[in-house]
Amino acid sequence: MTVRLSEIAHGRSGDKGNHANVAIIANTPQGFLWLKQHLTQAAVARYFEPLGPARVIRFEAANVLALNFMLYDVLAGGASLSLRSDVQGKTLALALLQMEIKTPSNLAEMTRPKVTH
Amino acid sequence: MKTIRIGNGCGFWGDNIDAPILLAEQGRLDYLTLEYLAELSMSILAIQKQRDPKGGFPGDLLSALKRLTPILKSQPGLKIITNGGGMNALGCAEQARVILDAAGLVDRKIGVVQGDDLLPVLDELMAQGHPFQNMDTGLPLSTVRDRVVSVNAYLGAAPIVAALAAGCSIVITGRVADASLAVAPAVHEFGWDWNDWDHLSAATVAGHLIECGAQVTGGLWCNWADAADLGNVGYPIVEIGPNGTFEITKPSNTGGAVNRETVSEQLLYEVGDPAAYLTPDVVADFTQVSLEEVAADRVRVTTKTGKPATDSYKISIAYRDGFAASGTLLIFGPNSVAKAKKSGAMLLERLARAGSAPELSNIECLGGGDCVPGVISTTSDPPEVVLRVSVRDSRRAVVERFTKEIAALVTSGLPGTTGYTGGRPQVREVFAYWPALVAKSAVTPSWSVL
Repeated sequence: MTVRLSEIAHGRSGDKGNHANVAIIANTPQGFLWLKQHLTQAAVARYFEPLGPARVIRFEAANVLALNFMLYDVLAGGASLSLRSDVQGKTLALALLQMEIKTPSNLAEMTRPKVTH
Repeated sequence: MKTIRIGNGCGFWGDNIDAPILLAEQGRLDYLTLEYLAELSMSILAIQKQRDPKGGFPGDLLSALKRLTPILKSQPGLKIITNGGGMNALGCAEQARVILDAAGLVDRKIGVVQGDDLLPVLDELMAQGHPFQNMDTGLPLSTVRDRVVSVNAYLGAAPIVAALAAGCSIVITGRVADASLAVAPAVHEFGWDWNDWDHLSAATVAGHLIECGAQVTGGLWCNWADAADLGNVGYPIVEIGPNGTFEITKPSNTGGAVNRETVSEQLLYEVGDPAAYLTPDVVADFTQVSLEEVAADRVRVTTKTGKPATDSYKISIAYRDGFAASGTLLIFGPNSVAKAKKSGAMLLERLARAGSAPELSNIECLGGGDCVPGVISTTSDPPEVVLRVSVRDSRRAVVERFTKEIAALVTSGLPGTTGYTGGRPQVREVFAYWPALVAKSAVTPSWSVL
């Protein structure tokens, strides 16, 4: 059984010249533990391999349950030079959140608490 | 405890033009900040200024200022800080002066912050041994010097604070680090020292969170379905006190959301190492930030320590790098994806046959997963896709030839080809981005009063 990464996390991405940052933020502390263990630098580099990043570096921001990935030289030139539609890598976080992951046994502890209005 | 309210009503040149006015009306603000400049804005503005010496800044700012004059009258304490001076802060301020005077606001002083534009002294600085090495490639700027159109240092908060201390109600700057627009009022109000890294760091976090406007109040939020009335999204307000702790919120009668998720997403937006967020004012540590939802649409942000600022300014350089154009057509199914790819290939083949093969090209099949090519695969047969073909070349004529070729597919292409509207694609000049650092001692920030 698999679920999408978006079941346990949310995120946002953006550009820095020809590089992109992809922040993935766990819904819960249990989800953050899962991210730390499974969403490795190598796994993210492999996932984005078709875009040809020169390298991928992972940073942690445990205070907001987040991993932040820098994807170097991934934007085909960046905002000015790139011939892609998404010149700024704004879709990369949503693309990563669509990654299929093996369903964690404690998934219920990682899903987003219901919001009450 | 005294707190000040800083609202950001503009996140980029192109943002909602009513937001500055609505935020000033509804926000009970002490300071309204307006942020207009992205990495490449300066090159566009530099070209504008070459064509018209009175231009070189986003016209949106003056339109907003005109509409803000009644509010400046009814809220005499309201101050405005903006980097909308672009490549011509003085020229912008002169026109702002005319607007204020015409509205009877002759007593409001306008501060002008300059010194960010290094193009006039570039050769002198290079001769002195500043290489303006590309931070990514390591190459010295001399390799593209003849094509450079703009060179701007990201200044810090200090010259803005000086202008505020001189009694300015409006401060118009050129290239200033986005977060510094919010650091300046806090330093001015609370009298923090320039080596008070912890407090400067706190205000930098605040400035970073609001610099993109509605991106922290519900815009782009992954859980967008939970954002009430995003159509009426409120722009962000920071309430910051003398100890640096602040709360982030939005006007009460607006839509959107401010919560742990929206703030977390924006905290890491366009950030590399979250433990070392560099601005000219301080090195902030975003991993020491704690967030607490204290009320509906209100998050308290507590920060810990900041580190000393580095001894260099970040420099944003743009240089001419050829021409580009993009055109789109709609390709209806069946087999829309395959037909779009074939159509794009035929277009490039025809250009080659005409002796006009572009140096670079890209065929996208939008609707078929090409936004992140190869990462998200589609197995279905979309009813229709958008074919987008883009080319880049050092020769304008080659790009022009492309703009005249794409429409021909409407009759000479594959069945289901349509959507040719809006005329031929426009050729745009391409400016490449060259990030560099320069010693702070090489730059002289300045300010004056109009």
